[in-house]
Amino acid sequence: MNALVNLASLLRTAKEIFPFHGGVHPPENKAQSSQLPIGQLSLPEKLVLPLRQHVGNIPKVKVSIGEHVLKGQLIAEAEGAVSAAIHAPTSGTILAIADATIPHPSGLPDRCITLAPDGKDAWIDKKPQNWRTEDRKKLVASLRLSGIVGLGGATFPTHIKLRADGKSGVHTLIINAAECEPYITCDDRLMRERADEIVQGIAIAQFMLGAERVIIGIEDNKPEAAAAMQLAAANSKMEVIVVPTLYPSGDARRLVHLVLGTEIPHDKRSTEVGLQVFNVATVLALYRYFEFGEPSISRIVSMTGNVQQPQNFEVLFGTPLPHLVAAAGGAKADTSHYIMGGPMMGFALPDENVPITKAANCIIAASPTLFKPPPPAMPCIRCARCADACPVNLQPQELYWFAKADNFEKAADYKLFDCIECGACSYVCPSNIPLVQYYRYAKSEIIAADKAKEAADLARERNDFRLARIEREKLERAQKHAERAALQKEEAAKKQAEKALVNDAEITRETNDALQGSTSKASSDTPEDTAQKAAKQAAIAAAIARAKAAKAAAVASGDAPKNVVNADDAVKKEIAEIDARRDAVGLSEKPAIEPVVDEVKQAKIAAAIAKAKAAKAAADAAKLSGNVSENKE
Amino acid sequence: MINRSPYISDAPSVGAIMLKVLLALVPGIIAYVWVFGGGILVTLFLATTTALVAEAVMLKIRKRPIQPFLTDYSAVTTAWLLALAIPPLSPWWLIVVGTLFAIVIAKHLYGGLGYNPFNPAMIGYAVLLISFPALMTKWPAALQLAQTKLGFIDQLQFIFSGALPPQIMLDAVTSATPLDYLKTQLTLKHDVASISQAQIFGTFGGKGGEYVAGAYLLGGLYLWQQKIITWHLPVAFLSGLAVISGVFWLADSAHYASPAFHLFSGASMLCAFFIITDPVSGPTTPNGKLWFAAGVAIITYLIRVYGGYPDGVAFAVIFMNICVPLIDAHTQPRVFGHEK
Repeated sequence: MNALVNLASLLRTAKEIFPFHGGVHPPENKAQSSQLPIGQLSLPEKLVLPLRQHVGNIPKVKVSIGEHVLKGQLIAEAEGAVSAAIHAPTSGTILAIADATIPHPSGLPDRCITLAPDGKDAWIDKKPQNWRTEDRKKLVASLRLSGIVGLGGATFPTHIKLRADGKSGVHTLIINAAECEPYITCDDRLMRERADEIVQGIAIAQFMLGAERVIIGIEDNKPEAAAAMQLAAANSKMEVIVVPTLYPSGDARRLVHLVLGTEIPHDKRSTEVGLQVFNVATVLALYRYFEFGEPSISRIVSMTGNVQQPQNFEVLFGTPLPHLVAAAGGAKADTSHYIMGGPMMGFALPDENVPITKAANCIIAASPTLFKPPPPAMPCIRCARCADACPVNLQPQELYWFAKADNFEKAADYKLFDCIECGACSYVCPSNIPLVQYYRYAKSEIIAADKAKEAADLARERNDFRLARIEREKLERAQKHAERAALQKEEAAKKQAEKALVNDAEITRETNDALQGSTSKASSDTPEDTAQKAAKQAAIAAAIARAKAAKAAAVASGDAPKNVVNADDAVKKEIAEIDARRDAVGLSEKPAIEPVVDEVKQAKIAAAIAKAKAAKAAADAAKLSGNVSENKE
Repeated sequence: MINRSPYISDAPSVGAIMLKVLLALVPGIIAYVWVFGGGILVTLFLATTTALVAEAVMLKIRKRPIQPFLTDYSAVTTAWLLALAIPPLSPWWLIVVGTLFAIVIAKHLYGGLGYNPFNPAMIGYAVLLISFPALMTKWPAALQLAQTKLGFIDQLQFIFSGALPPQIMLDAVTSATPLDYLKTQLTLKHDVASISQAQIFGTFGGKGGEYVAGAYLLGGLYLWQQKIITWHLPVAFLSGLAVISGVFWLADSAHYASPAFHLFSGASMLCAFFIITDPVSGPTTPNGKLWFAAGVAIITYLIRVYGGYPDGVAFAVIFMNICVPLIDAHTQPRVFGHEK
């Protein structure tokens, strides 16, 4: 083993490392769970599979209660672009499709499929695919059926990250094996025990992305894993880079910087700069899927903390937590609750009976002695230790101040949304301020306010459009009425002409009247009325013209045209924006004529706006989920 | 259950940080006692007691928990800095008034720990300097130089009753500080070289006083080694002071004292490591710290040379405190993944 350690330290000195700002060194606490090999669990009595185990849409259930399913059978199908399938982790009968508590910080119940294993563990007809010969597009398409998501904890559907069809422009694939969070050792054990399979999985991901270079980033606290990976990758061009142990080097953007010196711009995804990051467990799942036709039905979970014998286990998704705890020798007496994830970014499980999901890389049994309840928060003394620790080089003390004062605009100015919520700031805070909670609060408030504003804008536009439509319909009705009246009058005139053929002069006059009436579309019966109406219309037209001239003059002279002379700039700007929007949809100065053309045009514009909004919302959602996934991968 | 990650923490408490600051002051205090006598211990005791009582009363009035705030030792730190800044041979009420002002007005009326925009000790000092200028310039002569030496009991008696032992005149036990002396002598058209022949001058600064300054420097290095302070503030202050005084000195060494004199005189070292390093009233960004400290150094120098007071640390710090929001806003570091 010493030789391996030496090998790893040799590797460390061989490659240049590009450190990022900040970072912290929490006690690792990895030795407890990394000693024993990955254990296998017996089949639990039931498996509870939440539909929401990944980032994106919940999948569509494809089974019904009472149905018998085989191991690996698709039981819920990916729905929409960002979604992941769910498969039966073993053979058995569908017991229920109902709400149950899921491992989520909210503690809210969500839809789950409950499966009663029949004990046979009978596989479906597995369909391995030869990824070296199959069409790449077909491979990526089939991944949608694999149920594979990022197993580093982010659970972003993998088929989306590989969707590039070889035209991705991804030149470098980075395998995230940093595993920087304390306590967690699932990737460590996986690399020690299944390095060959991981390397084959990397080859698949590399092939599908068309990446030229592969870098495997491992923290130097896992020398055995690094050595195993180095050995497995010896016949390839994959580079194993050992990075110094420093939390959060496992954050995708931090790891990319460590191994390449590349700073992925804040508004770009890694693929836009030719990089893609995968977790080791994820590439292993890829290998199992293509090589053996096995969908994603299990993962390695570190069961550690306040249990008798901490260990990593291969756990079927849906396995109730007590089953896993029992396998680790049971929880010690003073166990108070369970944490899913690491102590830096994990969350306290709402219930100890929740199932293990795709996101569950680690379960820590917590006790008051293991995780002391934090002392009451003191005022911030602006010592800026948080700023020194921040891996994004933010100023957490300023963000805290703004978040606390609900000054969200300023918080966003100070790059709140670049915060990866790694918790390094809270970790070093002498005043014990739960900083990350403040940032989460501010982020959610800003997102909610943006959504509300968009909804309000949409409602206002709809209302404006509705008022315009009512006005237009009124005009249309009036016009039709006028036309009908003119027509009637014409007919009456004709009749009269036929009747009184004797008086030529009279006939001429009547005909002229009728003609005049039809051309001017007036609805009056007598020439006197027609004249009056014309005069009135002329007066109205003149008034409108005057008003327009006055408005134009006001605009020209720089005066604000509305009651905004005393309004402040922000209000003026808002009014200007509203005017611009109204102009865009053709609401201000709406011409009364050509209503039909106008309607078509408005409808088109409205449709275009709606489309643009939908696209923006989709992009935002993708960006958000993307950030989350990249942060954790 | 609330998601309160991280569940682990590795931070010294505010109290532990302040205790280290107090510990770092101890070498300076020892040197002080050795140079000027034990009177400073009385002043420190008075200041500490006043600060703790004032802090407790204010917390009570403001309905804040008393115990956690009293044990953060921030009030004691303020008290010690003020006590070390004022002449040790002053009547007992001087330090009491100054400390009360620092704790009650400069700290608690602005919202208490974490909210005071100005350095409380420097506010207390400025108030005393403006209100009692005569007392604030009555510094004891270093014991090696004094024609008459005052024992601890004599000093104690003087502090509480204002009475000196019979046949001892006040002038015999006090002397002008080197900064003060330099200033008055320069106005009398003497040059620096002849002025610094006076026996109150030592190798760098004032005789005796420079040892105290050296001890502060030692304590400051300890704080840096313990990661309580970063290098930015002391380095920027000391080099700023050295540069500006060096420029004047090189241009006209007859009328401007050397950088070494400025670094080891007055409150320079105390300021560099203990006063401008107050995090609450100072800037937080690395570049902001450099600007802030350089600003304090320049203003301190200008007040020393052109101002109405022999030393200018307190006013310089207070002025730069005003600029902190501006400095912080304009020195935000580049965030990862962003262009500047």
